[in-house]
Amino acid sequence: MATLRVPASVPPADEDCEQLRKAFAGWGTNEDLIIQILAHRNAAQRKLIREVYAATYGDDLLKDLDAELSSDFQRAVLLWTLDPAERDALLAYEATKRLTASNWVIMEIACTRSSQDLFKARQAYHARYKRSIEEDVAYHTAGDFRKLLVPLVTAFRYEGDDVNMTLAKSEAKLLHEKISEKAYNNEEIIRILTTRSKAQLNATLNQYNNEFGNAINKNLKDDPKDEYLKLLRATIKCLTSPERYFEKVLRLAINRVGTDEWALTRVVTTRAEVDLQHVKEEYHKRNSVPLDRAIAGDTSGDYEKMLLALTGHGDL
Amino acid sequence: MAVADEFGVLTKAFTGLGVDEKSLISILGKWHPEHKQSFRKTTRDIFVEDERQFERWDDRHVQKLQQEFLRFKDAVVLWTMHPWERDARLLREAVYKGPKYGILVEIACTRSSEELLGARRAYHSLFEHSIEEDIAFHIHSSEKKLLVGLVSAYRYEGPKYGEEVAKSEAKILKNVIKDGAKKLHEEEEIVRILTTRSKLHLKAVFKHYKETSGNYLDEDLGDHLILKQTVQCLCKPETYFTEVLDVSLKGIGHDFAKEALTRVIVTRADVDLKLIKEEYHHLSGFTLSHKIEEIANGNFKDFLLTLIARGDQEN
Repeated sequence: MATLRVPASVPPADEDCEQLRKAFAGWGTNEDLIIQILAHRNAAQRKLIREVYAATYGDDLLKDLDAELSSDFQRAVLLWTLDPAERDALLAYEATKRLTASNWVIMEIACTRSSQDLFKARQAYHARYKRSIEEDVAYHTAGDFRKLLVPLVTAFRYEGDDVNMTLAKSEAKLLHEKISEKAYNNEEIIRILTTRSKAQLNATLNQYNNEFGNAINKNLKDDPKDEYLKLLRATIKCLTSPERYFEKVLRLAINRVGTDEWALTRVVTTRAEVDLQHVKEEYHKRNSVPLDRAIAGDTSGDYEKMLLALTGHGDL
Repeated sequence: MAVADEFGVLTKAFTGLGVDEKSLISILGKWHPEHKQSFRKTTRDIFVEDERQFERWDDRHVQKLQQEFLRFKDAVVLWTMHPWERDARLLREAVYKGPKYGILVEIACTRSSEELLGARRAYHSLFEHSIEEDIAFHIHSSEKKLLVGLVSAYRYEGPKYGEEVAKSEAKILKNVIKDGAKKLHEEEEIVRILTTRSKLHLKAVFKHYKETSGNYLDEDLGDHLILKQTVQCLCKPETYFTEVLDVSLKGIGHDFAKEALTRVIVTRADVDLKLIKEEYHHLSGFTLSHKIEEIANGNFKDFLLTLIARGDQEN
């Protein structure tokens, strides 16, 4: 469930644009006004605002936001205002650049988006970066990481609920076999994780648990320093229970010495319209502290206000 | 026409691709029982002497005949189908009734990015699985990785590409090929380049390869058929399709070589058939229409010739 709150009667887009323009006028910026508007509009509404803003003032709203805002708040607003597909394309692009290299972000996008949304992200990537996601991911990764990430990012999984129990049993067995041999990069493991539908995978992993007594991730904890195994476990988590995956990302982002703002911003802006409510519940369960209190404790100013607005707190 | 000549015409009417419906009607329609008897006794490869003193239709020939009667219907159905459904069904057949790597490569590499996506969507609807999961599951050979990669690609289709990157990738290919691994289609860098780069980028790689090594990339991959086909399909599809047609029209191939004739003409009629025709003429010395006249019959032949003639009026 989404945490985004949109007012019952939303002002017309040109009124929003006028207000936003005023927020930029003169010295400094009226960040509260920006949050008040943008943090309470859904993707379709934000898209319309961008179009009307460009038509009315001849300027790109994103460029103006970029010029007027700074650092964490700016990034949060920028990511939020982007269309989800463009946002995913931007995040994936950053993830392949060496300085901000993050296999995790690529895996996260590939596994937690629907087949349709992942495809839209691939289209947005073409449009913006003049290359395909897969060619950049393939080029910037190697070995086992490439073997896992390229098929993940090019998958177009069947999205129905159809499940074949016989197949679930045989593939659970196959997974167990390869894991027992410690062949963690084995083709069959990768095939199953990167091609099967999410419903089928869930069935297979339940079978695994029933048959072998352990959840599959427990059997993938061989070497705590092994980055590939960490990624593999996270992949499985993203595919089967994304809210638990995102809870962990948030937990690590907030409790670190110095907050990992990029992770925090990424999770909040990408999930606010999807399942942030479930992530919040998971977070509260695991940490005995509600997410908004944790965010308030670890961030400040406009950045904090923006995040709280997106997580369903603060004034409407 | 003398009856003996009619025997010849009738035999031709159900030899080759498709059947000559008109001749079958005009000849068989007027034959008396003794003409049919005579025909059965003299055409030994269609009819066999049964031990109980009658000429029995050879089973295999009846089966072949059935296929040939259906050839026109299959062509019509394929032509009328939505291209997404068509490609999804061709992919499915290639995986389950084969596997036929050539067709998988052909569809994955000669369709535009949007067309391939459409085929993948249609595959979901028709078969309740993704094409990549079926390929990964049913194909166990080492070509699997290349095939899954090709069918999952969503290549950039714009005009930009990196000249320097293309040069360095041509060099990478040159070195990998020179090292002479037996299973070249398993080489990581070859797979990466062929399954992710845009077609324009690959054409640049192809060009640089020729300039620096003096050879054509597809020829150097001659010992690795699947890679040769992949490169041809991505960089110069008309060459690939011409070779497929050549084998098909020589009439010596298996059933699926014969099916290739319908498939190529139906799927390329509004795309690049003109280029393919030129290439075919260049390669074989014959025009495509001439060859089809020779080897195909009846409605099937007429349908193909009509499809081939499309676009001739436009330019």
